[in-house]
Amino acid sequence: MKILVTAKRVEDPESKIKVKPDGSGIVQEGLKYKINPFDEIGVEEGLRLVAKHGGEVVVVSIGGKEVQEQLRHALAMGANRAVWVNHTGALDQIGVAGLLQKVAEKEKPDLVILGKQAIDDDQNQVGQYLAEFLGWGQATFASKVESLESEQEKNKVPALAVGADGKSVRVVREVDNGLATLECALPAVVTTDLRLNLPRYASLPGIMKAKSKPIEELTPAKLGVDVTPKVQVLKMASPPPRKAGIKVPDVATLVDKLRNEAKVV
Amino acid sequence: MPIVLIVAEQQPDGNLRKATLNALTAGKQLADKAGAELHTVLLSKDPSKVTEELKGLGAKVVHTAAAPEFEHYLAETYAPAIAELAKSIGANYVGMASTAQGKDLLPRVAARLQAAMATDVMAFNGSGADVTFSRPMWAGNVFAEVKLTTPVKVFTLRATEFAAAQAGQGAAEVKAFSPKVETGKTKFVDFKEVKSARPELTEARVVVSGGRGTKGDFKEIEALADELGAAVGASRAVCDAGWVPNDLQVGQTGKVVAPQLYIAAGISGAIQHLAGMKSSKTIVAINKDPEAPIFQVADYGLVDDLFKVLPALREAIHKAKG
Repeated sequence: MKILVTAKRVEDPESKIKVKPDGSGIVQEGLKYKINPFDEIGVEEGLRLVAKHGGEVVVVSIGGKEVQEQLRHALAMGANRAVWVNHTGALDQIGVAGLLQKVAEKEKPDLVILGKQAIDDDQNQVGQYLAEFLGWGQATFASKVESLESEQEKNKVPALAVGADGKSVRVVREVDNGLATLECALPAVVTTDLRLNLPRYASLPGIMKAKSKPIEELTPAKLGVDVTPKVQVLKMASPPPRKAGIKVPDVATLVDKLRNEAKVV
Repeated sequence: MPIVLIVAEQQPDGNLRKATLNALTAGKQLADKAGAELHTVLLSKDPSKVTEELKGLGAKVVHTAAAPEFEHYLAETYAPAIAELAKSIGANYVGMASTAQGKDLLPRVAARLQAAMATDVMAFNGSGADVTFSRPMWAGNVFAEVKLTTPVKVFTLRATEFAAAQAGQGAAEVKAFSPKVETGKTKFVDFKEVKSARPELTEARVVVSGGRGTKGDFKEIEALADELGAAVGASRAVCDAGWVPNDLQVGQTGKVVAPQLYIAAGISGAIQHLAGMKSSKTIVAINKDPEAPIFQVADYGLVDDLFKVLPALREAIHKAKG
């Protein structure tokens, strides 16, 4: 099977994000960049499914030249080849989903796996837009993967497993008060939750090999997509700071404060 | 007159999801700013169970559609029906609470309507056609003011930022509609509910959360929660380790809570976790490490072993309550 996965370039989740004084954006200096953690889980999932069912993993990223770092990272993990949509301006979720739609129509994958959200804009939208644009089924917030193939594993709850006929995928989703299981006809769109898997490290041979793997360059113009943003960020601000708190020496003082000062117990 | 359409959510037990009440308050605020009329919509196998309740929550019109295919929520079945209604009534805004269902469904509705969308909206600014949305980015480290430029604007709402709509706000007109039901390419297989006698995490007045410092032993967390009538929460590390179910996770990628009192025990306070609880009214941190970042947001911090503090705290609260 062919699996298309995404690799958005985002600020390292451990970075301290600061807003520029004029509110026009965030301070870029000193920031490190990574593949979006949810996308990395998607790459891992694609690799595991292909290891079981055969086929290839194609990774796609949209952005300036620098996103090739994230593509090389996915290739070093084991993805077979990469598609780079070269675009440097602002982009919103409709734009991203529109570009991914064209890439999917060109590549004809059985499955597109994306992160459930990017940790920079926290929108949690692209996979759902994409599924609708393609007219495919969607299974968002997929958790934990197991296979249907071995007898032993058949007895476990399958979380994201391709059916024996290769025509459907069964996905366990994390929802608000439990787990929901869906079966999507292929091709379909899946978005990953944190607990789907633990992504592998890229090995040294993997990193060496990744250098010779092909990266195809496309542009929004070549794909025929107008990416003029329809979501405009007018201004950014730091959230209001919390008033500094105090440390209390013991439980008795804590209970006294909670009762008489905060009046919450 | 412009229309704000709020999508109502029914729980598997047939009751209205409480976050719908917060979404209706948000919808009313938006309608007032935009000079619009508030409508709500419910898709269900049997809408009759909650129609009466929905009628008194401030909407001008309650739209209901009944079909056997709406028994189990599926984005592919729900999205076309809601988009069809939004088009037929000429809705300018379509919103829903940022529940798992809201986040799964509304982008698909937006895609159908060729509409731009904002997730987790916390407030509305401006007036008339120029209303803009405040929403968090980078795990709540940035608040952005966002403008959607498409004719229809779609959004999900952060329920903790809006009070619950009160009953008794007049009687809405109920309009049944019969959308063309699309069944899509996805089948519902099953739903395994995590049942708890404690209040729902996102709705609780008090939340007691445990982190890695519990080493997986949640007995004292649960005992204190029960003494306080509180919900139990957890950090990502604790869920990842499989110590507690995933639906207890508070944070950027879990649930956002804003209770009156949030007690964090053995939680260091990573950015990811703070994103989910920073708006709590009073925050208490119990941690052995005086340098833990959680102390920077805590109103009251106690540097000590949680296994000593929690039982003592429970006893002291029990006594104080008489």
